[in-house]
Amino acid sequence: MTSVVATNQTILVVGGGISGMTAALEAAETGKQVVLVEKNPYLGGRTVQLYRYFPKMCHPTCGLEINLRRLKANPRIQVLTLAEVTGITGTKGAYSVSVKLKPRYVNSNCTACGECGKAVSTEIDDEFNYNLGKIKAAYLPSNMAYPQRYVIDPSIIGTPDADKAKAACKYDAVNLDDQEETINLSAGAIVWATGWKPYDAEKIVYYGYDRFPNVITNVEFERLADPHGPTGGKILRPSDGKEAKNIAFIQCAGSRDENHLRHCSRFCCMGSLKQTHYVQEKYGDEGKSTIYFIDIRAIDRFEDFYQKVKANPNVTFVKSKVARITEDKAGNPVCNGVNTEGYIRYANAHDLVVLALGMEPAVKGVNIPAEVMSDSSGFLMADPANAGIFGAGCATNALDVNRAVQSATAAALRAIQVVNKVARAEA
Amino acid sequence: MSDLNQEMADRYKNNFLKEIEEQAEMGEWVKMCMQCGLCSGSCPTNFHSGWDHPPQEIFMLIRAGKREEVLNSQGMYMCTSCYNCYVRCPRKVPVTHVMHGIAEYAYRIGRAPKAQPTMHLSKTFWTNATKTGRVNEVQLTQSLYFKEGIGAGIKKAMEMQSEALGLVKAGRLNPMEALGMGHKCKDIKGIHAMLAKAEELEARNKAAKGKE
Repeated sequence: MTSVVATNQTILVVGGGISGMTAALEAAETGKQVVLVEKNPYLGGRTVQLYRYFPKMCHPTCGLEINLRRLKANPRIQVLTLAEVTGITGTKGAYSVSVKLKPRYVNSNCTACGECGKAVSTEIDDEFNYNLGKIKAAYLPSNMAYPQRYVIDPSIIGTPDADKAKAACKYDAVNLDDQEETINLSAGAIVWATGWKPYDAEKIVYYGYDRFPNVITNVEFERLADPHGPTGGKILRPSDGKEAKNIAFIQCAGSRDENHLRHCSRFCCMGSLKQTHYVQEKYGDEGKSTIYFIDIRAIDRFEDFYQKVKANPNVTFVKSKVARITEDKAGNPVCNGVNTEGYIRYANAHDLVVLALGMEPAVKGVNIPAEVMSDSSGFLMADPANAGIFGAGCATNALDVNRAVQSATAAALRAIQVVNKVARAEA
Repeated sequence: MSDLNQEMADRYKNNFLKEIEEQAEMGEWVKMCMQCGLCSGSCPTNFHSGWDHPPQEIFMLIRAGKREEVLNSQGMYMCTSCYNCYVRCPRKVPVTHVMHGIAEYAYRIGRAPKAQPTMHLSKTFWTNATKTGRVNEVQLTQSLYFKEGIGAGIKKAMEMQSEALGLVKAGRLNPMEALGMGHKCKDIKGIHAMLAKAEELEARNKAAKGKE
């Protein structure tokens, strides 16, 4: 049985991405007890799946490393991975929370030596790389994974493969008898930081994501560009593995559309502008990027970044929402539409099309086990009647990493005030 | 008819957007367009030479007050009512209906082009269908085939012979319709009274708009 120390002065943070980690750290560093619950086997969320950040073009692993160091140094944070909140009862200052813990089948003896991975032959979808490849069923989710511990996929439990993994382990770290369990803990305040998911590209029928292999999404493109990704950092198109040197980026794929996502997702313009840098970085002047846009929303200080990309002769901007993608005989995706600057019809073939998918709150359509309000897009809103549960990061709005961190800090501050009242430290 | 054109131009002065909003059916949607170009790109007639201004350009011209450019345009008559733009519009603008609304308004104030084929079809269809409450397919087809003259009409009719015979055999086409027989509504008088009342109400509504 997993033991967690928690009282009604504890702050529970749900979601261990950049927002949840930030909220947990900010609260713990003021002296509060924090329980951080993450559904994946590792922390860092979608941020660790990025190749680079905008605007500084640095690697997320760097920022994450700093946060992990803070986390490891702080005894007040208890981290639960493979954990999901299933129910919340009680009120502000006195919540009772049930958390379901899925088995990892690997205990803390693990040194991440990788012998179990070598021993196992079954392959599963590589979720970390948006299913662009396969991985062994005993795996380390990513190089930066925290906890730095292998995971055995439940699909091989009870098969000879699982026994092979156990036999290969020299540290007695594999425990095939691990069971799912549900624990209950107390909390005074809750920070809900469950983040986002990319909009389902198949729903935008006229872009043919499900029909054309060379139409991919912005999050998949991040993995292609990453040296730790499935292609070793080469931008290869899925249909034939050819180097993709002429790449189209389609903005507002899902966003700002009453038929899909009502809101502007805010990060996708900057995301695509950033990704043109990847094309330039890999192929130099041979790499050509075309951005199809309605209007570029490089908000406030990002305008500089936009102007620099605009000045790059290898990047073309077409003011148009692409109306339809077709495929030519060579398997190249063709963007069809009308350039609204001059009303010129076009049918442009590219090597690869990247859909700049919008951001959908991960909580949308999910039954949050508490009374929380959400807006018309499904993002959480502050609820005055329930002011012990606070949204943070992309659970509350479409935000980039920088703004998610700001939002998380704000949520931590609100949660701190609640537990301070419980402790009578604040009136 | 051209007097009505001048009257409307004077009444709304330089506010063509307001004129369209008040006078054209669904005109109030014009300001919702965000100029993304999805409607134009989705339009199946966008390769046609008569397509001078696509929908989102018409919307922008209206907002820019370009009355003459819009009323002289062929764009709104090019719509085939496929509804591609309508279902895809990210702002849920009923583009198809707005285009029809603008076309109807231009016709009403006497600004529609003289020999516009889709307008000809619409008018012919309307006259044909309202006569008996049901469409007389044979007469409708005849009036379209013989539009370009007797020779062209016969040639077209010969081309479509096997299709027509197939329809007759399947019971989908009654050749007696050529003589004004065939299917009709039971209460033709009732239909005519209803249409007359609808026209009266519509005319009253339109006349009242923009006068206060």
